[in-house]
Amino acid sequence: MNWLQKLTPPGVKSIFTKKDSPDNLWVKCPKSGEMVFAADLPGLLHVTPAGHHMRIGPDLRLQYTFDDGKYETVAVPEVAKDPLKFKDDQKYTDRLKKARAKTGDDDAMSIGVGHIRGIKTVALVQNFAFMGGSLGMAAGEGFIKAAQHAVENGLPLVVFTAAGGARMQEGALSLMQMPRTTIAVQELREAGLPYIVVLCDPTTGGVTASYAMLGDIQLAEPGALICFAGPRVIEETIREKLPEGFQRAEYLEEHGMIDRVVPRTDLRRVLGDLLAVLTQQTADHAAEPVPV
Amino acid sequence: MARTYLDFERPIAELDIQIEDALAEGKDVTDLQAKAAAELGSLYAKIGPWEKTHVARHPARPHYSGYIEALVSDYTPLAGDRKFGDDHALLGGLGKIRGRSVVVMGHEKGTDTETRLKHNFGMANPEGYRKAVRLMDIAERFNLPVVSFVDTAGAFPGRGAEERGQAEAIARSIDRGLSLRVPFVSVITGEGGSGGAVAIATADKVMMLEHSIYSVISPEGCASILWRTRDRAKDAAKAMKITAQDLKGLGVIDEIIAEPVGGAHRTPDMAMKTVGAAIVKNLEELSKKTPEELIKSRREKFLRIGRSLLTK
Repeated sequence: MNWLQKLTPPGVKSIFTKKDSPDNLWVKCPKSGEMVFAADLPGLLHVTPAGHHMRIGPDLRLQYTFDDGKYETVAVPEVAKDPLKFKDDQKYTDRLKKARAKTGDDDAMSIGVGHIRGIKTVALVQNFAFMGGSLGMAAGEGFIKAAQHAVENGLPLVVFTAAGGARMQEGALSLMQMPRTTIAVQELREAGLPYIVVLCDPTTGGVTASYAMLGDIQLAEPGALICFAGPRVIEETIREKLPEGFQRAEYLEEHGMIDRVVPRTDLRRVLGDLLAVLTQQTADHAAEPVPV
Repeated sequence: MARTYLDFERPIAELDIQIEDALAEGKDVTDLQAKAAAELGSLYAKIGPWEKTHVARHPARPHYSGYIEALVSDYTPLAGDRKFGDDHALLGGLGKIRGRSVVVMGHEKGTDTETRLKHNFGMANPEGYRKAVRLMDIAERFNLPVVSFVDTAGAFPGRGAEERGQAEAIARSIDRGLSLRVPFVSVITGEGGSGGAVAIATADKVMMLEHSIYSVISPEGCASILWRTRDRAKDAAKAMKITAQDLKGLGVIDEIIAEPVGGAHRTPDMAMKTVGAAIVKNLEELSKKTPEELIKSRREKFLRIGRSLLTK
């Protein structure tokens, strides 16, 4: 914690607590081991020269997605606080506090509205850095809110998924987000609006088994782990080592489970094309994101 | 008959042995039997989430095939997903419950080693959920209500399951259940394990047997993640609020079906009869609704879950 953060009263959302980019000057690429200058990362959309797609939070994601990096946010509705009074080694409320301090966000979902190559779109970003992106009541309401905002304004919805799965601290209330978010997908469908899913690293468990696999179009970032049961669970069940690349985006593409693997640097163009066709609008391919 | 006693049932086991011995000696057992019955009642009245977890998993607890035999006439099992194979963990078919034509489906865990292996311990592969979608399509085509029996530790975490799209199969099954234009009732009869359970439990009426459980992850799984040891499963069971009573209070389920004293495994016939009555009652009520009303009220019900806790 730096001195600025210490001065900020707890609970107050502050720009000083934002930690989308690492503090370190140099970042090691997990793929090549190469050291990358942190200041270069925004220009690279947080993709290392070796092609490793780093996990990014909502602020960077929305900036990288929308024209000129500009967007408006939509607030996620409030949810009941710790209804199970859950406690393991730590209280759930303490875990939430820590996650809020770490990310500067209230929970795992953030909604932005802006233009992608000139086409007005609602984007929803699931933040893995917030308690593993887990699908609790707040994340569920975030998804529903994004879909309803899209329906009310006749806009397409693009969702960037990333989650370790359910939020155990909310028990069956977390499980119920699977049907709840699915209802929101059905409402988009009935309104005739496109729902595009971009599966990011990692997307697992109940998230994959609900809205993350119900897109009209399914895209994925290179190398993203996408699964229902995680590789460790499967290895424990079948007692054998899984092959290299199992459950990665490219593997799913090969097995017919998704439409395309799209590198982050190409994502705006692909989304622009898809949205232009699906919404019968003309994409403005001159619109480019402004480097952050 | 040899009976499996759970750990917490030890006092009952001891009394049962005393009764058997007394009977063998030709003594009068009326007092002992009354004592055993009273003990059973008071024991089961106070069992907690971890004890219920064991009751819910009890091998003698009625399973899908038992319910079919007890409640469904004119039953024709239907197999296959028309894409890859037939799943033996999630079964289904056509039949009649008290004269009313229905589509039924449910998880089957098996009752002995051979059948447990055959049914993959009730853990379905994607083919099971795709079969469920097919069955729901048939139900809608012929305007038949859907009845599901939920009893699974979860969807199967296997290599083939992942390769063939376990997540997508579950998602589509949830999606189909929520869009059904016919009445849909679900009974969680034993274990309602995570996504593999909710896949066939997005019903107008979700009921739970008194000692069944419904959870986002097994107590053992939760304990190994949060406490880093499966030994804390009892704590996890308590913390996650997995009992029918807790979930009714949280608004996650609609109804609790009482079990006979000592649990459904002790008197399965009586338990299944009660389940049958609850299904029939709900189907009768739901049959008065139009398809549009069904979809609307089902959606509103699920969207209300959690929100209703905000004002408290």
